[in-house]
Amino acid sequence: MTERKPNNGLMQPNIPVGIVGYGAYVPRYRLPASEISKMWKDGVGGVPIEEKAVNGLDEDVITMSIEAARNTMDRAQIDPQAIRAVWVGSESHPYAVKPTSATVAEAIGAVPNTQAADWEFACKAGTEAMQAAIGFVGSGMADYALSIGMDTAQGRPGDALEYTAAAGGAAVLIGRADESVAIINGSYSYVSDTPDFWRRAHANYPSHGDRFTGEPAYFKHVMGAAEALMDALDRKPDEYDWAVFHQPNAKFPMRVGKMLGFTTEQLKPGLLSPRIGNTYSGSTMIGLTAVLDVAEPGDRILMVSYGSGAGSDAFDLEVSDLIEESRHRAPTTEEYIARRTEIDYATYSRYREKIKMK
Amino acid sequence: MQVSTHWRLQEQRYNLVGETCEHCNSKLFPPRDVCLICEEPAQELFTFTGLGEIYSYSTIYDAPAGFEHNAPYTVALIKLNEGPLVTAQLTDMDNDELTIGQPVEMVTRKLRTDGDEGMIIYGYKFRPAI
Repeated sequence: MTERKPNNGLMQPNIPVGIVGYGAYVPRYRLPASEISKMWKDGVGGVPIEEKAVNGLDEDVITMSIEAARNTMDRAQIDPQAIRAVWVGSESHPYAVKPTSATVAEAIGAVPNTQAADWEFACKAGTEAMQAAIGFVGSGMADYALSIGMDTAQGRPGDALEYTAAAGGAAVLIGRADESVAIINGSYSYVSDTPDFWRRAHANYPSHGDRFTGEPAYFKHVMGAAEALMDALDRKPDEYDWAVFHQPNAKFPMRVGKMLGFTTEQLKPGLLSPRIGNTYSGSTMIGLTAVLDVAEPGDRILMVSYGSGAGSDAFDLEVSDLIEESRHRAPTTEEYIARRTEIDYATYSRYREKIKMK
Repeated sequence: MQVSTHWRLQEQRYNLVGETCEHCNSKLFPPRDVCLICEEPAQELFTFTGLGEIYSYSTIYDAPAGFEHNAPYTVALIKLNEGPLVTAQLTDMDNDELTIGQPVEMVTRKLRTDGDEGMIIYGYKFRPAI
């Protein structure tokens, strides 16, 4: 088979753009992995993370997206009427038909002169919406576009993914580079039809290909996107201060980082999965918000998402001077993680509506 | 469940949009035609900050129809910083954490759902300020 070589894979808009504001959300409840292990494995064997974030009974992707969007608006300090797109990427939209994004747009005061749509590409729906926003603003069609990655992920009881399927995510407002806390130098997407993980219509829980989710899926696509972006921009891993990868567990992002040549220090602030789990569409983006909370002006960030099915979006970002005054206008990602109430498996079963009342 | 009723209340439920009285400058929530203080017409819309404190509260163990799902839950009178008292559920806090005068902030949460196929109703609740 002939190897396919992208000849123009680097995506850069005509008008320089960046992240004007950002905001995270993590619900307060935490289910320790040991609770799941105790329930299904008699507490025997290792666990992939320490604990995961669980949404409360009155929370879903709409309420969580609204809070992340409000945090973003607090940081950006712009008129919500100037937003021309509100896009929410998720695999747990509360309605099958009725846009999450329209409710979020209404709640932040962006209606009626705005696009609103829900995006889907497993765990990379949020970064896909970021790339669309880059195009929207970078072409001059919009001054601002809001992209959100948010999930309340469901894991089949007893399945390996139950340990990690978590709730949370983040929003970023894309605007002109000169107003941005982080300028986006370019992005690249790497996609192929790879059946590693899926959920059929009307199915409550996803299915997956066990070990097939590793080499031909996560590693191939994350590596493919990261290497192509760095190659196109002529950058080396040691030229970045921070790197954020999609975090389905604690091990994969560390391993892919090492394979690409990044150090543990570069990965540390953005690696949240050991403490909040895999927030699916929110995973890479909330990692980015944690990095932006601590980054200094001039810092370079590589961010690479991964969505099953499969694909990766890679971004090269450079932090600007505006970060210093902006970051304290809303709660930091670590403040949300510190807001922690531990629950047991029974409470988790109730909150995730695994107990059927009718 | 009346879809139109909930749609009409959306603005006040999502964003605490009330009114300000142009005669005596009192802030009103929910919006109403006549100022409660000076009894003059009040029509100017006003968005509250969502910040306030717990004025009083009561925990519901035997919930009314449509709210059984969340029981037990606590309903409070919240004294908004701008003046009005608002009745709302508290969220993200345990009952043993509650005190009169505690600072709270507004968040948008699911209020109820109309069965498995009906609307999901969103609106304001209050939680300890982050």
